[in-house]
Amino acid sequence: MKFPTSLAPELARIEREPYYQPVGDEVALFESAQRRRLPVLLKGPTGCGKTRFVEYMAWRLQRPLVTVACHDDLTTADLVGRYLIVGNETVWVDGPLAAAVRAGAICYLDEIVEARKDTTVVIHPLADNRRLLAIDKRGELVAAPDDFMLVISYNPGYQSVLKEIKPSTRQRFVALEFDYPEATIEAGIVAQEGSVDAETARRLVKLGELTRNLKGAGLDEGASTRLLVHAAQLIADGVEPATACTAAIARALSDDPEMTGTLDDLVHAVF
Amino acid sequence: MSASTRKLFANELEERLDELLFASTSHRSAKGISEGLEKLAREQQERVLHWVGVAAQSYAEIGYLVAALGPRALARLDAAGFEAWVLAGLEAYDREGGQAAMRLLRDLDAFCAARAQSAARLGDLEARLGRFLQGLSGRPLALAAAATAHTDTETVFLPAQLAALPTARDNRRLYRAMAALLWAQTRHGTFGSAGSDVAAAFARWPERARAQRWFAVLEAIRLEAVLGAELPGLAAEIARLRGPWPARLLPAVARLAHPDAAVSRTLTFLEEIMAGEDEPPQLPHAGAIDLEAALRVRAARIARESETVRRALSTLKGFGGRQGAGEDAPALNVEGGRVALSLDGEIVALPPEAQAAAQSLLQDLGEVPPECLVPAGPGAWQPTPRQGGGEDALTGHRQPHARYDEWDYRRRAYRRGWCHLFEVELPPGDPGYVAKVGLRNTAAIRDIRRRFELLRGEDRLLGRQPEGEEIDLDALVDAAADRRAGAEASGRLYVRRVRRERSLAAMFMVDMSGSTQGWVNDAERESLVMLCEALERLGDAYAIYGFSGWTRTRCDIYPVKRFDERYDATVRGRIAAIEAKDYTRMGVAVRHLTRLLEAQPARHKLLVTLSDGRPDDFGDEYRGHYGIEDTRRALQEAHERGVRSYCVTIDRHGADYLPRLYGPARYTVLDDARKLPLKIADIYRRLAS
Repeated sequence: MKFPTSLAPELARIEREPYYQPVGDEVALFESAQRRRLPVLLKGPTGCGKTRFVEYMAWRLQRPLVTVACHDDLTTADLVGRYLIVGNETVWVDGPLAAAVRAGAICYLDEIVEARKDTTVVIHPLADNRRLLAIDKRGELVAAPDDFMLVISYNPGYQSVLKEIKPSTRQRFVALEFDYPEATIEAGIVAQEGSVDAETARRLVKLGELTRNLKGAGLDEGASTRLLVHAAQLIADGVEPATACTAAIARALSDDPEMTGTLDDLVHAVF
Repeated sequence: MSASTRKLFANELEERLDELLFASTSHRSAKGISEGLEKLAREQQERVLHWVGVAAQSYAEIGYLVAALGPRALARLDAAGFEAWVLAGLEAYDREGGQAAMRLLRDLDAFCAARAQSAARLGDLEARLGRFLQGLSGRPLALAAAATAHTDTETVFLPAQLAALPTARDNRRLYRAMAALLWAQTRHGTFGSAGSDVAAAFARWPERARAQRWFAVLEAIRLEAVLGAELPGLAAEIARLRGPWPARLLPAVARLAHPDAAVSRTLTFLEEIMAGEDEPPQLPHAGAIDLEAALRVRAARIARESETVRRALSTLKGFGGRQGAGEDAPALNVEGGRVALSLDGEIVALPPEAQAAAQSLLQDLGEVPPECLVPAGPGAWQPTPRQGGGEDALTGHRQPHARYDEWDYRRRAYRRGWCHLFEVELPPGDPGYVAKVGLRNTAAIRDIRRRFELLRGEDRLLGRQPEGEEIDLDALVDAAADRRAGAEASGRLYVRRVRRERSLAAMFMVDMSGSTQGWVNDAERESLVMLCEALERLGDAYAIYGFSGWTRTRCDIYPVKRFDERYDATVRGRIAAIEAKDYTRMGVAVRHLTRLLEAQPARHKLLVTLSDGRPDDFGDEYRGHYGIEDTRRALQEAHERGVRSYCVTIDRHGADYLPRLYGPARYTVLDDARKLPLKIADIYRRLAS
């Protein structure tokens, strides 16, 4: 029986165009950065469309997309790769970042601040003009092909001092700022993604706006576009609008009974 | 009949009442009252006596009134109702004083009616309504109780209690509807906009009061329709609560109920009405309009905010040498609710204070008036000066930083916003103090540093794991050997790095009451020096606050080291400046520090109190049981919020009450204050490892 000496994860391409509604010049900027081989940092609140934007760009640029959702136990080995033992042999398995570099894919590290501090260091040489990934365990230096692109995202809304991105990391990236889109555009997105009529979408966006007014007054974040789309999808499936908003928005935003009471009031003000 | 269930006779009752009301300034005899009480069953007699006692603790006259009205109240209310009646009286006393309390208690009819019809109370809904209003508009509106519902554009006044509708649920909704309509008055131009001057319109009518009554009704019609455009659910609810419009309002409805109607349309219609003699119908959901108050507050706000915007502009203009180009007037772009400034062709963001001011102006006037766009004279950008600050710290005119509820065990209820909390800066003390303490305790400090360095969290490698970043060679060799020997080989072949995280935030609450004068205070300060040494080694987040105070209106908290401050010369100076001050009102300090601790991201939160005695305050109120019960309650609240508390005390009698406050094994009693500095680091090590 013969074992491979190396395993590489399969990278998939996005076949169908993901729905994305551009709000500014982000598409052009991203394409420019890609041509100039610059890494990109997406910042913005949760659920405002950062991930969807990357999927859309991967489809548009016809590159495979590797997404890593960062968490606080994510180690360097989780990104770069590790040795596994198969039978009596050790076999190297590329981590998602190494795989993306070799394949010239777009590697998207979602919520980079959640990862352990030491992991951000492996992306440093990749994110400047060296464009190198060092795999120390194999003594290998992988030069990134021109197609490879590094994209990271973070949410500056978290107040925690522990979740700040270091200047040495952030200063390597072209930063694109995302926010909840302006009301009419957001209504268009909610109508399209949630398959509801324009009036329902408009009301959902209004509700989103009302909850965003409560940011800092008991809520860490207002309702994201994603939550509004969830509510819309429930409504499109026949759930009564107020019930759908209570479940998809009010309960999703807070556990505090006082606060959910207020959110219910706002739901009933709109529906 | 056994002694405990037998009715009390008038003479016995009189004796008990005299005891309870002994402090009363009135010399009325309790005789008449005890005769009234004699007819009640023993259980009821005891209930009345209990609450007389509770009430008399606040104000003897209220106790007297409870005793006098007790039989009548009990005839109409059940036990819970009776309790609610006394508590409502005491709350009125806390809020508005004796007269208001007596008035409320005497008006038993109103209380019973409200209770029977399940009225809604503003006190219960205040927080929720406040957030509701904030959700509707970004500008915060305060809520307050008043006899009639109205707004001065900064505060929404609502009746303390609503019983207009048959169910409590509907009354609560009515509150919401009223609040929303009053908010709409401030939001949708009832008090004028750039285009229409309401004050000038009203100047025409001699019957100003009648005009205002009509204006309130007509605006309720118009605003409901305006609300309906954006908030159809709310408008539908208002319509349901008010029922059909009275027939004689129908012409007004036809004219005003349009989603885009402006206040000018109401004024035109009002003109026609004022030609006649009619009084408007009463609408339960429409508040009144107090035009004078609203215009006054609004004008003051507009002036204040225009000034803020202008001052912001003056710095922007001066910035980057643009002074010379000042001839071009700046223009404001309002897009998607944000105000941006285009200055000589460049888009400039306003500072946050000015941004808020500009948006507030937009709400009031529908535009940012052109005169705001003339920058103020030279001078640095400075938002409107705020009240407060260090210089008038003891004048008594300062605004508290926060108000906290206090638990009254006799009432079994909170006294709302009872304690006024001030954060007071400590003046810098002897800068050499910490160094002197260090010299005196060199050996102890070296020992502390060494032991705490060992405790510090480091990454640890775990061997023989099912997965991990590296191969565990030992495990691999063992597995290979096992396989050769024909045994089952383990699959746990990897090494994994785990973080031993010390996610702990510690808050030290230091007693600065008068009783710590002398060596207790010295011991506290030395202990803090030791602690800081230990914690600096350990790297835990920590903060130190002193507390003291003089009655509920002056609860002082002295920051020694905040969480985000470093252990530097300033903090060292403040440690030296800790001194014995006044009293120990502990509950409010616990509540405040819990709130600060809660904001820390750490997983474990610890509140350590260094104290020399039981909770106490000036006057009799807080002394004894009351203070202990309030502190216990505050510590319970802290526990519910995930804050663990611990107490280190040198009160030898501490063992009597500390188990009740902190629970067993959550405190240490030292018999000698001088031991505190040497022990404190060890105590902390036990708690935090």
